[in-house]
Amino acid sequence: MKPRIWLPKIIFATLALLITAAMAAAQDMPLFRWENFTTANGLPDNHVFCVLVDGNRIWAGTENGLGLYENSAWKVFRPAPDQPQQSLAHQAVLSLALDRRTGDVWAGTMGGLSRISAGRIDTFTQLTSGLSNDIVYGVGVQGDFVWTATAAGASRLNTRTGQWALFNERNTPMYEIWTYSVSPADDKVYYAVWGGGVLEYDVKTEHWKDYNDPDGETELVLMKDQGLIHEITTSVSYVDKILWVATYFGASRYDGRYWHNFLQKDSGLPSNFLNQVKAIDANRAWFSTDKGLAYYDGTNWAVYRPALDTHKPEMLVRDSAGTLKKIPVQSTLAHNYVLGVDFQGDDIWVATAKGLSHGIRQKSSLETAHIVNQQKTTRKQ
Amino acid sequence: MTARAISGTSFRRMVNVVAIFVVALLAVAAKPAGRQSAAIAKERYLSPIEIASSPDGRLLYVVCQDSDEVRVVDVQSSKVVSKVAVGRMPRGIALSPDGRHLYVTNAWSDTVSVIDTADLKVVQTLPTGPEPSGVVSDSSNTTLYVANRLSGDVSVIDLKRGQETKRLLAGRGASYLALSPDGKWIYCTHIYPNAGAFRTQPNSEITVIDTERQMVVERKPLHNVAGVFHVALSSDGRLGVAAQLRPKNLIPLAHVEHGWAFGDSLTLFGDDVGGTVQIPIDELERYYALPWGVAIAPDKSKIFLTTAGSESVTVIDVPRLLKAVRARRQSFVNDLSASADYLLTRIPVGHNPRGVLLSQDGTRLYVANRLDDNVAVIDTATLQLTSTIDLGGPKNSDALRRGERLFYTADFAFQGQFGCANCHLDATIDGLQWDLEPDGFGKDIVDNRSLESLAGTEPFKWNGGNADMPTECGPRTEKFFFRSQSFNQQQLTDLVTFVYSLPYRPNRSRLPNGESTPAQERGKAIFERAKYKSGKPIPDANQCATCHSGPKYTNQKQVDVGTGKSTDRSPVIDVPQLSNVAYSAPYLHDGSARSLEEIWTVFNPKDMHGASNDLTKDELNDLIEYLKTL
Repeated sequence: MKPRIWLPKIIFATLALLITAAMAAAQDMPLFRWENFTTANGLPDNHVFCVLVDGNRIWAGTENGLGLYENSAWKVFRPAPDQPQQSLAHQAVLSLALDRRTGDVWAGTMGGLSRISAGRIDTFTQLTSGLSNDIVYGVGVQGDFVWTATAAGASRLNTRTGQWALFNERNTPMYEIWTYSVSPADDKVYYAVWGGGVLEYDVKTEHWKDYNDPDGETELVLMKDQGLIHEITTSVSYVDKILWVATYFGASRYDGRYWHNFLQKDSGLPSNFLNQVKAIDANRAWFSTDKGLAYYDGTNWAVYRPALDTHKPEMLVRDSAGTLKKIPVQSTLAHNYVLGVDFQGDDIWVATAKGLSHGIRQKSSLETAHIVNQQKTTRKQ
Repeated sequence: MTARAISGTSFRRMVNVVAIFVVALLAVAAKPAGRQSAAIAKERYLSPIEIASSPDGRLLYVVCQDSDEVRVVDVQSSKVVSKVAVGRMPRGIALSPDGRHLYVTNAWSDTVSVIDTADLKVVQTLPTGPEPSGVVSDSSNTTLYVANRLSGDVSVIDLKRGQETKRLLAGRGASYLALSPDGKWIYCTHIYPNAGAFRTQPNSEITVIDTERQMVVERKPLHNVAGVFHVALSSDGRLGVAAQLRPKNLIPLAHVEHGWAFGDSLTLFGDDVGGTVQIPIDELERYYALPWGVAIAPDKSKIFLTTAGSESVTVIDVPRLLKAVRARRQSFVNDLSASADYLLTRIPVGHNPRGVLLSQDGTRLYVANRLDDNVAVIDTATLQLTSTIDLGGPKNSDALRRGERLFYTADFAFQGQFGCANCHLDATIDGLQWDLEPDGFGKDIVDNRSLESLAGTEPFKWNGGNADMPTECGPRTEKFFFRSQSFNQQQLTDLVTFVYSLPYRPNRSRLPNGESTPAQERGKAIFERAKYKSGKPIPDANQCATCHSGPKYTNQKQVDVGTGKSTDRSPVIDVPQLSNVAYSAPYLHDGSARSLEEIWTVFNPKDMHGASNDLTKDELNDLIEYLKTL
């Protein structure tokens, strides 16, 4: 019977098509050659909390100083009481933001907020200024405003007038004041509130709105995609009017109407423990987890890390069908515990618990292979 | 009637009447100017402060600070040919590269008036930051840069859209700008030192802006410098010069005889010197106070510098200067004998000379004599004053003008070292803390207090030791500080009249409609509260509004609010007025509080300086928002 003859062929063709598509997807995922920086080559400390790209300059916020990588050399900023104009608020730098209009860099530290402007450092603390708290987990620039996420709520500095505005449990729906991350844009400002979900500030109306567990009874969403995945949020990234949220229990994407949640079990995330999410656009984002760096292109996932068992370089690609594929790579991140990323064109810079990594984008797998062969040849020599 | 005919009683009566009359006259003369201003302010002085010229050099545009206008002078006839009204207290001027527009900053209107040079009319008014001062356009005339004194930044204004696009962080009291000849860089100086640690040497900077990126790319550090004025570039761009003060505020001021008050100097920078080099302009036995306006001859042969406190123009030989700089490997800014190596001459000009302008061919130097309402013209070849251009204005000098001249001159101090205006820059503050008394190093440190709207704030000094202004300006200043000739009674009266006339500057924290922001309202309630948040009454002495009461927010008494230091002779402090308190950081009698916040977060542990320890951070911020409006 003809149908019986053709059915296997159709199934085979369909499978082949899917496999080909999956392979193509895998090949489209970004490939990197990784270069790592540690204290051995000038990084102020191996425990890197955050990284910021400023053109050809790379800022690395570490546990023991702020590093500036420029012209192949590191310059380190730390508290320097005898040089007030060069003194950072605190050596532990938790967050960084660039004012692209002025070139000023804002550093959130464990001891206040520092503004680094053409080499001069001015510091704001809870004692010397209107800053709400000296532990500044997050910082972001929105026009003339500098928004901070602190251990005691949100602060906003108007750099023109010097006025500070504080936002906390007294004037927002912030029932926890441990703010962890801020993502300001022209229309909205989002806060990740550790244990308090996400707060949204509408720039036009100056009103606050919170996003939490939809049923209000637990900390996590019970029905998938019903709302924010979990209230213990660690990072927000608002790009192209899409909100991405990282939590210690998965990630969320919100388009203003619908939530879409990502868990290790049903996505390419290598872990549900996320330190940061940073979006490229409405569909693509990078996730910093305790088990590697993950990239989501809207359909497929890629994970970059030293293998958790062997510590050998590893790149995993998961397609939309859930097929997992290992891509052979010769280099990888400094460590699988990833705290943050920033982009430099097609390249990526990654803050890890054991160094700073520079992912140099390879244009094709062929090129990767070429470099891999070159490295092998070099090693033999 | 002869004296003999007068009885003893009558004579005593007459003496009494005369004495009362004399005292009354003196009292009237020394009254706060606010009470006299109706009679004094009928005719306004001009107070020319800056000069620009038309591209062909035929016209001078003179910024007249006190008449709020630009006066246009025909160079050939030396006559004022036009007057253009601008905003309040104009301070800076620049000509567009095509010569079609003048940009004039209005320090008290927070605007730039754009004047069409063909019609001599204001055609546009651009918003700026607070107290716009120096102004310069980029070489393509697409972007205007304005130094804002109160916010310590530079406004970047898109001239096509007429809008400020951003502000760049500069030094505190950002005031003067200069564009490099190639148009790539703008140099910005500032009159107050940048914030630093308590009782450390002051530091300033020259802020360098990349005009292509419109960003600050460098800050040239100026160590031991507070008070930087005009900056100029040579025509080849290889030599930059900034006029500046080097205060010696860590040393007791009682050592004027050792020259330990101020050093008047220049900072040189650029390829000709490499890095920055500070040079003295004083001499071993004569000082040239308040170096202010500066210009470099087109052929780079000479530097011309006004010394606003010494009523003269200093002329420096550039080749000799560069030779001296290259010959000396170590800093020589404190070696006053060094100026002999490069000094050409000092040319006496008028009172309080400020802005300078060289004609395009470099043959004439124009100097704005601010307190004479005229422009001095100097022949740069003979280095002689050749003429003076009268700008108009009152012909007679009244008490205000005479007093202002006394305030700015350094003539009364030993060796002409300094005048009132050295510490009270442009009649404000200097941002420094001084060791005034001869009681040992580091004892009784005092912060410089504002002079705004002083009537009704007596007594003076931080310990309230001077009951009135004549005492403050008279014996205290002339004998103790200046260590030189005294003011006569007329001079003292004039000086007091001027100081009392200094007005309250526009407050930028107040809303234009007179209303308050919610934060300011909340802060006012805290300032005026009589109960702790717990409901318990706050003792009168601990309520803000008790001591900071009345129109100037002082009850004019002396109290111990727990802010005294072990280095102070007494913890009892005069209650300061709070007028425009936001502009006079640092705070407390010794300037130990770097910000308003620190008054309470650091220096009020026992709640003696107002009840504040029950306030949340939000509430403290609200209180400060209110204080900024006073």
